[in-house]
Amino acid sequence: MPEAIDEDPGRRSRFDAHVAAEGKVEPQDWMPADYRKTLVRQISQHAHSEIIGMQPEGNWITRAPSLRRKCILIAKVQDEAGHGLYLYSAAETLGTSRQQMEADLLAGKAKYSSIFNYPTLTWADVGAIGWLVDGAAITNQIPLCRCSYGPYARAMVRVCKEESFHQRQGFELMMALSKGTPVQRRMAQDALNRWWWPSVAMFGPSDKDSVHGAQSAAWRIKRFSNDELRQRFIDMTVKQAQALGLTIPDPDLKFNKETGHWEIGAIDWDEFWRVVKGDGPCNRQRMAHRRKAHEDGAWVRAAALAHAAKARARAEKKVA
Amino acid sequence: MTMTSERDWPLYEVFIRSRQGLSHVHAGSLHAADARMAIENARDVYTRRGEGTSIWVVRSDLITASAPEDKGEMFDPADNKVYRHPTFYDIPDDVECL
Repeated sequence: MPEAIDEDPGRRSRFDAHVAAEGKVEPQDWMPADYRKTLVRQISQHAHSEIIGMQPEGNWITRAPSLRRKCILIAKVQDEAGHGLYLYSAAETLGTSRQQMEADLLAGKAKYSSIFNYPTLTWADVGAIGWLVDGAAITNQIPLCRCSYGPYARAMVRVCKEESFHQRQGFELMMALSKGTPVQRRMAQDALNRWWWPSVAMFGPSDKDSVHGAQSAAWRIKRFSNDELRQRFIDMTVKQAQALGLTIPDPDLKFNKETGHWEIGAIDWDEFWRVVKGDGPCNRQRMAHRRKAHEDGAWVRAAALAHAAKARARAEKKVA
Repeated sequence: MTMTSERDWPLYEVFIRSRQGLSHVHAGSLHAADARMAIENARDVYTRRGEGTSIWVVRSDLITASAPEDKGEMFDPADNKVYRHPTFYDIPDDVECL
């Protein structure tokens, strides 16, 4: 998109006033170059997260303990693919191509949510992901349904509707395990122990260290700060853990009667940044898998185009 | 890696009729090698929960749209024709069925 031709301050201030007054922005409208850039970065990262996020759970499809659980898991992983596609299509309305976004992901230039760089070691992890990771994702995503950029907001409405099933199936799975045999209970607790802190960190750096926050808030892309959303997730989840009879792995966790909020201990930000920068338990594996899938699919993409061209030629010949 | 030199599938816009009696509404877009595949993909991407009874797809580059910069001259003329709206007319309250 030829953006640089018009960055005059009048236009810019009219745009800022429009979004500040809750006005929406559609693909063909004028928008500041950095608004466009911010959205492309955020939406494509979000799309990549959905696509990479298929891997940890996909890992358990063949080993689901029952047909019921297998059907649910397949449907969920298929939803993640769908969410990736809604989001790629929203990002494309900003003038970036699908191929460019894919290339950036495969080249390691684009990020995806760090949570997917953790392994799914047991079946309980499938429950913990649905309950905690999707629970955190929903907390993040509900305010995005009101984002100023129309196509992103509309994609998020669809995503949120579908994520609700993801979270509930995860909680139900955890409930089945926590009411099961002692071994199953231990498995559920172990999964909570491993997924709790990465889920809490999913909301990103603390407000005092967050770089994109203020501008995104002014543009009505982000409605609540990282810490506000994190607190919302913690309050909601602590009660759910109690319902499961599981223990949140945080000795410093306490309820503050004055604020009415649960307060957690210190988040290990060193670990968070280590995983973001590529040194998590599964970063290399996730990227290698994605690259292989892309390369293995190359002949299918080419064959589909060749088939379409042949069918078109045949149809034209018939008409002539 | 060869992915940027690879030819991309064209982009299609997807319209879905959620049930008989309603119009098709824009749902989003997707890439497909041809229109038939676009319909098949749209089924999987946009109607996994019974959202549709009919799908239209059209290549995005075939859509002609009004330009945002023409918004004023296109749509403003309708703003000052209040007499096109029923509320413009003063009718006594006790006259019914109007």
